[in-house]
Amino acid sequence: MLDFINRVLGRESGGSKEIAKERLRLVLVHDRASVSPQLLQALKTDLIQVISKYMDIDEKAMEVTLDSNERQVALVASIPVKSMKRATRTPAVSI
Amino acid sequence: MGEVIVVTSGKGGVGKTTTTANLGAGLALMGRRVALVDADIGLRNLDVVLGLENRIVYDITDVTGGHCRLRQALIKDKRFEGLFLLPAAQTKDKTAVSPEQMKALCAELKEEFDFVIIDCPAGIEQGFKNAIAGAEKAIVVTTPEVAAVRDADRVIGLLEAAELRDPKLIINRIRPRMVRAGDMMSIEDIVDILAVDLLGVIPEDEMVVISTNRGEPIVQDEHSRSGQAYRNIARRILGEQVPLMNLDEGGFLARLWRRMIRG
Repeated sequence: MLDFINRVLGRESGGSKEIAKERLRLVLVHDRASVSPQLLQALKTDLIQVISKYMDIDEKAMEVTLDSNERQVALVASIPVKSMKRATRTPAVSI
Repeated sequence: MGEVIVVTSGKGGVGKTTTTANLGAGLALMGRRVALVDADIGLRNLDVVLGLENRIVYDITDVTGGHCRLRQALIKDKRFEGLFLLPAAQTKDKTAVSPEQMKALCAELKEEFDFVIIDCPAGIEQGFKNAIAGAEKAIVVTTPEVAAVRDADRVIGLLEAAELRDPKLIINRIRPRMVRAGDMMSIEDIVDILAVDLLGVIPEDEMVVISTNRGEPIVQDEHSRSGQAYRNIARRILGEQVPLMNLDEGGFLARLWRRMIRG
């Protein structure tokens, strides 16, 4: 109903265009960088291996994507940590 | 010596063929000699949009294969002085013409015409490569949708890689009311993202469906907004500075009035 009133009054509705723009922006970051899904998958597998040495992470919820701002492309990894590993292997510290 | 322009988009169904037909007819209305080339071999459409489907004798592969002379295959549009169509073959596939043959064909056509406009098939495979082979300039058509703009971005990259620099953008089927409501990407949004020069904007218009049903290009319809938009683009191609038309379609009464004067 509110949506209808807004439409009659010509007010901005939900603005699905912002969603479209954001989706398009992210798709184009990947397209323009010509990064294949295989490459990202391989990177993700390697990341999991390395990080698992130090932390217990949620592999299923992990996300690795590219993003960009005005000038740069950034690799963005969101890696939920389940628990920190007890230091079974204390890193060798040289004094 | 004429100019060879390819009309392309990547994604299908955004209005390449309609745009090719209307720009060709529009330029012919303005006194230029125009050859339209349907490069969509196997999926011939430009003839139908132009209403010339019953007049085809030879097609593009008959010319490149040496079965007829170019002049014999060109269909003269009797409604538009100076407008000619070279139809695609319907029974062959995209490999029936090679990029070298396209280049030679375009070189021959531009000797005789002011404009040679090539209707490119959808996709970025062999048909696309053939269609752009002989072109000197490119027009990219898109619609305000994520998939269409994404494909346009890809095609712009491929055009530039093929030395077709500075392609010009046409945004088709924009709905001003949805843009105002924040439910459709605006002209500025799309131009920003694609970072190319804008050649024109065509509003969504039911009259295009009707005129295409009849095989009559909308560009000759004095009262339609899309016809006006195509005439503006044709004038810009001729080098005139034409401001973008006001896309505000007005209130109910204004729309009713336009519908009435259209007859």
